[in-house]
Amino acid sequence: MERIRATFNRLRRAGRKALIPFVMGGDPSLALTGPLLLALEEAGADLLEVGIPFSDPLADGPVIQAASVRALARGATPPRVLAAVASVRRRLHAPVVCLSYWNPIVQFGGGGPRAVERFVRAARASGCSGLIVPDLPVEEGARLRDAAAQAGVAVIVLAAPTSPPERLRLIARASQGFIYYVSVTGTTGIRRAMPPALVQGVRQLKLVTTKPVCVGFGISTPAQARTVARIADGVIVGSALIHAMGRARGRAALGRAAAFVRRLRVAV
Amino acid sequence: MTRREILPDRTGHFGPFGGTFVPETVMAALAELEQAYAAARRDAAFRRELGELLRTYAGRPTPLYHAKRLSRTLGRVRVYLKREDLLHTGAHKINNTLGQGLLAVRMGKRRLIAETGAGQHGVATATVAALFGLACEVFMGEEDMRRQSLNVVRMRLLGARVAPVRSGTRTLKDACNEAIRHWVTTVRTSHYCIGSVVGPHPYPMLVRDFQAVIGREARRQILAAEGRLPDLLLACVGGGSNAIGLFHPFRRDRKVRFVGVEAGGSSLAPGHHAATLLKGSPGVLHGSRSLLLQDRFGQVLPTASISAGLDYPGVGPEHAYYQLTGRARYVAVSDAQALRAAQLLARTEGILAALEPAHAIAYLERLAPRLRRGTVVVVGLSGRGDKDVQTLAAHLGANGAHPRHL
Repeated sequence: MERIRATFNRLRRAGRKALIPFVMGGDPSLALTGPLLLALEEAGADLLEVGIPFSDPLADGPVIQAASVRALARGATPPRVLAAVASVRRRLHAPVVCLSYWNPIVQFGGGGPRAVERFVRAARASGCSGLIVPDLPVEEGARLRDAAAQAGVAVIVLAAPTSPPERLRLIARASQGFIYYVSVTGTTGIRRAMPPALVQGVRQLKLVTTKPVCVGFGISTPAQARTVARIADGVIVGSALIHAMGRARGRAALGRAAAFVRRLRVAV
Repeated sequence: MTRREILPDRTGHFGPFGGTFVPETVMAALAELEQAYAAARRDAAFRRELGELLRTYAGRPTPLYHAKRLSRTLGRVRVYLKREDLLHTGAHKINNTLGQGLLAVRMGKRRLIAETGAGQHGVATATVAALFGLACEVFMGEEDMRRQSLNVVRMRLLGARVAPVRSGTRTLKDACNEAIRHWVTTVRTSHYCIGSVVGPHPYPMLVRDFQAVIGREARRQILAAEGRLPDLLLACVGGGSNAIGLFHPFRRDRKVRFVGVEAGGSSLAPGHHAATLLKGSPGVLHGSRSLLLQDRFGQVLPTASISAGLDYPGVGPEHAYYQLTGRARYVAVSDAQALRAAQLLARTEGILAALEPAHAIAYLERLAPRLRRGTVVVVGLSGRGDKDVQTLAAHLGANGAHPRHL
């Protein structure tokens, strides 16, 4: 949690915006997840978002769905993804934020009433500073927030273009580290253009909070990232990055990912 | 469960089950739906309009039929069939889609989205969309489109777009995923018409309430026919809407036992069945916490059943609660037993039931010898079997007389 705050403070002082790439843990392989994170930081990422694959990712479009399928097929599990993060944690300066759907969290380490606490502690131990759970609205999130607060892990809550003002306030109050603003009424995925209402949406959220607001879902090109960076504190890029790696395997995937993030870095 | 307890509670929970686990994007739409439903319930004009449509369009009340030849064949029991198969479109699903369709119109939505397994809910949604002049898009797994091809044609004839779902197991679970993703994208103009007592709050409550007409009628009808309440209610459970619809109005009749029958598939080994209440563990899928067929890392397992309508790894949260509190008991029968029961019912009563309710008949066949003489049983006959003729043909001998695999 502290690392995320320190990162945004440093960026704010420098007048810079956060670049946050998303990769799916275990894709293209578990062995490459750690080296991929190092390469992304090297290419200019300020925070790193790592997905834990789930069989039924409701908020995700085709690119991240396919990445989840590949990761699961190659044996990715929550403990293995956390281990991949832990393997490079000491060499990373950027805070790592883990994204998982709620069910793998409530089954962690055998399920039961202590599963959430076990997951949060394991995430902390592996070096995760924050958690994002896209199917856990703020109303159902008390159990996770309590456990995370004990462990010093930030719970980052999503806000959407359809969230009415009273929900934006609720979300802004609950969210820690930063607020994840969903740019489109839709799932994750590559899009040609950013929605025209985005500027207004981010502005509305900024009216009710002083916490950093990062925008994700659908940001696909350096030009779009630049536009978003003008109005938000950070830019999250997932599907386009995964797409940029394409069918490349091994070190070639790392090279392509780093090249794409460098282009985003120049733009942001 | 006490007499006064109202479920779900204000936050949509049935004890430890239920709730709202969805992307933030649809949270406002769920609140809107909850408010629209609360207002509609209090509105006499809404209740009148729905009642009128159920009577003059869908064909309610459905008969409660005393199946004497089946009863004699099974011995000891007096079997009554609640004939939801006689409804317009051929299954109980229309009770719910008429209600949700009216709500969608009240909310000013112009499109209906639905998921479907066997295609019955898809047909019922497409029907209501046509009736109310709404656009309709139905998500259906490719595998289900193949085995229920008749219903695909029906939906298209009714003007709906049927979107094939090619992800995952290509059955109902993945159709739900795609429908929810599509809803997330079109939430401002579309109403997601969920077909069972699953999904985020308020759906499990809303679908139950619309389906409770089954049990309200059955209760009145059995009292008229037998002069007493039944001993046992029996219904198949996939998501569980026809079972909840039958059970709910009897929930305070403590002496009436409830049994839900799940799809036992080819065996109860993981991946070969859809017996969620029997073999599942607590988990979150498609917006609510319930029981779930999953591996130890929380990944949802594939399911298998000869009946597309029961082929689902989750189950309605109220059923999970009924099982937890002991109010209902849940069992499973195999594909082979269901196929045999469909034939038994056809030959003793001249009723070709869908393979889903055939599971309930199959369990009754197993249970009957152990029941006290004169036991009164009401079976929810949730749909008719036309859609399954191809499946039945594939499992029968050339002349239809000698079933294979049985």
